[in-house]
Amino acid sequence: MNAATPTLSGRAWVFGDRIDTDLLSPGYAIRKPIEELAKHCLEAVRPEFARDIVRGDIVVGGEGFGIGSSREQAAQALRYLGVSVVLAKSAARIFYRNAFNLGLPVMIMPDAGQIADGARLEVDLGAGLVRDATSGREFRGEPVPDFLLEFVADGGLIPNLHKRLHGKPAA
Amino acid sequence: MITPTAMTLSEKIIARAAGRERVRPGEIVTCKVDLAMMHDSGGPRRVQPQLERLGAKIWDPSKVVMASDHFVPPPDVDSAEILALTRRFARDHAIDSFYDMQGICHVVLQEHAHLLPGMFAVGGDSHSPSGGAVGAFMVGIGATEMTGVLVTGEIWVRVPESWLIEWRGELAAGVAAKDIMLFLCAELGMSNDYKVMQYTGNAVAALSMNERLVLCNMSAELGAKTGIIAPDASTLEALRKGGQAVGNDALSWQSDPDARYERHFEFDAGALAPQVAAPHSPANSAAVDQHAGVRIDQAYIGACTGAKLSDLRMAAQVLRGRKVARGVRLLIAPASTRTTREAAADGTLEILTSAGAIMLPSGCGACAGYGAGVLASGDVCIASTARNFKGRMGSPDALVYLGSPYTVAASAIRGTIGDPREFLQTRAAA
Ligand code: SF4
Repeated sequence: MNAATPTLSGRAWVFGDRIDTDLLSPGYAIRKPIEELAKHCLEAVRPEFARDIVRGDIVVGGEGFGIGSSREQAAQALRYLGVSVVLAKSAARIFYRNAFNLGLPVMIMPDAGQIADGARLEVDLGAGLVRDATSGREFRGEPVPDFLLEFVADGGLIPNLHKRLHGKPAA
Repeated sequence: MITPTAMTLSEKIIARAAGRERVRPGEIVTCKVDLAMMHDSGGPRRVQPQLERLGAKIWDPSKVVMASDHFVPPPDVDSAEILALTRRFARDHAIDSFYDMQGICHVVLQEHAHLLPGMFAVGGDSHSPSGGAVGAFMVGIGATEMTGVLVTGEIWVRVPESWLIEWRGELAAGVAAKDIMLFLCAELGMSNDYKVMQYTGNAVAALSMNERLVLCNMSAELGAKTGIIAPDASTLEALRKGGQAVGNDALSWQSDPDARYERHFEFDAGALAPQVAAPHSPANSAAVDQHAGVRIDQAYIGACTGAKLSDLRMAAQVLRGRKVARGVRLLIAPASTRTTREAAADGTLEILTSAGAIMLPSGCGACAGYGAGVLASGDVCIASTARNFKGRMGSPDALVYLGSPYTVAASAIRGTIGDPREFLQTRAAA
């Protein structure tokens, strides 16, 4: 199966270990609609993040990215802001699942700590390769399996199911 | 020697469900689901709109088990509407295994022996790891994923690393599975992602199925993907009592002797004292004497974690012939209607009510702040539930401590948090 694995490219926003769901989708904004909630995404650690991010940019985290509650908004906010992929040394189970189910890819990459903030990255999810165009180095991550790439291409689990059932993703 | 083909129990179950010879930790595979469990809160009201949007049917209604346990009995019209919607869903989708107000989903699932050793199951609730008590691999999932399972009968899984948690020796009188888990929450912390906790050792083998459920149930508090206990003679006995004609071949679901565990912990059960978790986290656990003397307003025996027949009997051992302290309310919400029936038949209920306990209906009740028994600001409560996060049991300005049913009962008698062993010892001496 070839679930279209375009190379993603964007600027790296580098964060430390244990970026939790409260940092991604703060409790005080959780009842707001996603366009409002997303403005608060990661503001406690990078106040300029939601304002300066450009569609396609890449979030790089350390250990335990997305730990905390099961709230789907944590992944939804990143996706809404246009993050193309999250690279992390490790990710919390529920965040990882929620992200793919909402169409946001996450790639586990043990060397995530070697990427400098602002680096220009090119990511091949299917091959598990990250090229750092700024330093010229290449890193290996865990390749994302085809069926998860298909979720991403379709925009998440529900549109993917719609396609499987009806031949085309839901509107 | 670790042979390359050796697998842990969880790896074997995942491999079987994925139609593979073997799987390795870290691999992502797609598994066929043997059983999907939903309740009134996270179930039909969330998945029905998605199923409609997809114009889809449930892949196999005979593999779906439903329980209404969160909004029961309905305290207001909104709750009553959710229960009505849940009933309609069960009828419209021809789901025969529907337990309407019969008890808490995880407990009902065990009472009716829906889960068997070696099954791969999912549940729309974070305490779904409870299913591991019978040697099934069961994980909690969210509503969107549940829709996916209901439509396809499949789910993708990242194979977890297995940790072996071994408890040797014998628990002292007045010490329970709950104390083991509170101790582990403090010892291992609450973010052990992508691990499956496999409990073993003679202290675990000596536990009843009710008590084994507590170990697997609170694996959720450890942040694990799930918990599991390999089946043995007690497992089969409980399944047969529940009406399952299960053969001895079910005992073949075991880890290979040379299976690889990422970590192996050994603890001495005999050295474990009753544990109490301070507000607002199960990880704030320490031996009960660290919190002795804290004045309480309410003692709550409830939840899937702490109100099964075994839990009610623990409370009765402490409460027999004694009275709840003045100014303290002891609320007991048995985990299921069967629990109530059995506790009535064996005299447990009589002991509890004579001591002054106030009996509440079966269901999640005050555990997650849905039902009767929630707390006011400033209230101090000790509960046999699994979680004491801020605001979970009512007011965010209430303080909730966690303990075993023994410890909750002993604290209710004293009016302050205290060690249950003193009450048990006095009786033995008398
Ligand atoms: S009793 Fe509490 S922990 Fe158990 S299922 Fe209900 S809300 Fe969850």
